[in-house]
Amino acid sequence: MARRENAEINAGSMADIAFLLLIFFLVTTTMDVDSGIARKLPEKTQQDVEVTIKEKNVLDIVVNRNNQLLVENEYVQVGDIKKLAMDFIDNGGGVGVSKDGKPGEPCDYCKGKKDPESSDHPSKAIISLQSDRGTTYGMYVSIQNEIEAAYNELRSRLAVEKYGRTYNQLLDDYSDTPTESLKAKIDYLKDSYPQIITEPEPIK
Amino acid sequence: MSKFKKKKKGLPAISTASLPDIVFMLLFFFMVSTTMRETDLLIKKPVLPMASEVKKLELKSLVSTIYVGKSADRRISGDKIQANDKIIDVKEVPSFIFSERALRKEEEVKFMTTSIKADKEASVGTILDIKEQLRDINALKVSFSTRKGNDLKSNYK
Repeated sequence: MARRENAEINAGSMADIAFLLLIFFLVTTTMDVDSGIARKLPEKTQQDVEVTIKEKNVLDIVVNRNNQLLVENEYVQVGDIKKLAMDFIDNGGGVGVSKDGKPGEPCDYCKGKKDPESSDHPSKAIISLQSDRGTTYGMYVSIQNEIEAAYNELRSRLAVEKYGRTYNQLLDDYSDTPTESLKAKIDYLKDSYPQIITEPEPIK
Repeated sequence: MSKFKKKKKGLPAISTASLPDIVFMLLFFFMVSTTMRETDLLIKKPVLPMASEVKKLELKSLVSTIYVGKSADRRISGDKIQANDKIIDVKEVPSFIFSERALRKEEEVKFMTTSIKADKEASVGTILDIKEQLRDINALKVSFSTRKGNDLKSNYK
């Protein structure tokens, strides 16, 4: 009788099979991260509420179908919006929104000109972006980007002053180690310069 | 001295026994990180606008994407909206979002984000229509998908 021997399976081709699979997954992988400008849409309200807002607390940005821009009835370029928006938000010419029944306080962190003809307080400053249906999306995103940049820069300036880190650094820190104290800091910055952007019905 | 002469001279072959292990490790990495389902674009691939103030979209599984761009057929003009492998009308956006919501757990719904990938040549009217539809059904988190860059001029040339 022949002695039975456990024949060993040849594992030499295992690497080849694995390579084949590896190359398949390498080719089909998409590693791209989706990034963009985040916006929160306003909630639908049931009834129309009449709100009176002073003209000086609104920064009017109008863009027409030829991608031409008007800010406060003056013809400007996209690159100018950031500066104009920052000056407008950071003006601090009056008192802020009253909280918990207490009267509003003047903005003590604003570095603006305190021009009585411009916005009262960052919490009252509204940016209105009126676009045309025919405006190109690229233009629209550019304006949104400039507005976002204005808010980010103001928040960063305050963040460096108070905490010694920029706003983006704080956000990065928070995504690494989410702690209560970091959240409080970020919320404070967001409250100091809240994003109030309104988009009226587009021009037909 | 004969005791030492026994050793063979010449380079020993490099053992490849651990090669499959290495390859398998890589394989598993790519298997895990791969997202297999890639929507086939029925519209022309949108050229995303540039923006410098971008935020990364976290929780990829909670993102539903809407594409806006020109039709792949050059004879058809106007902006087309694509969601989930088919071209839809603006009015169908809510039903698309509802079908996306049905796939998620109830407590995750409020973290869901809608990513709008639109061509930079698309008209704002279309985008605002979509936004209005999203507002109607309380899908309030929106991200305008962009590429990161500082060359804003290329957006409106």
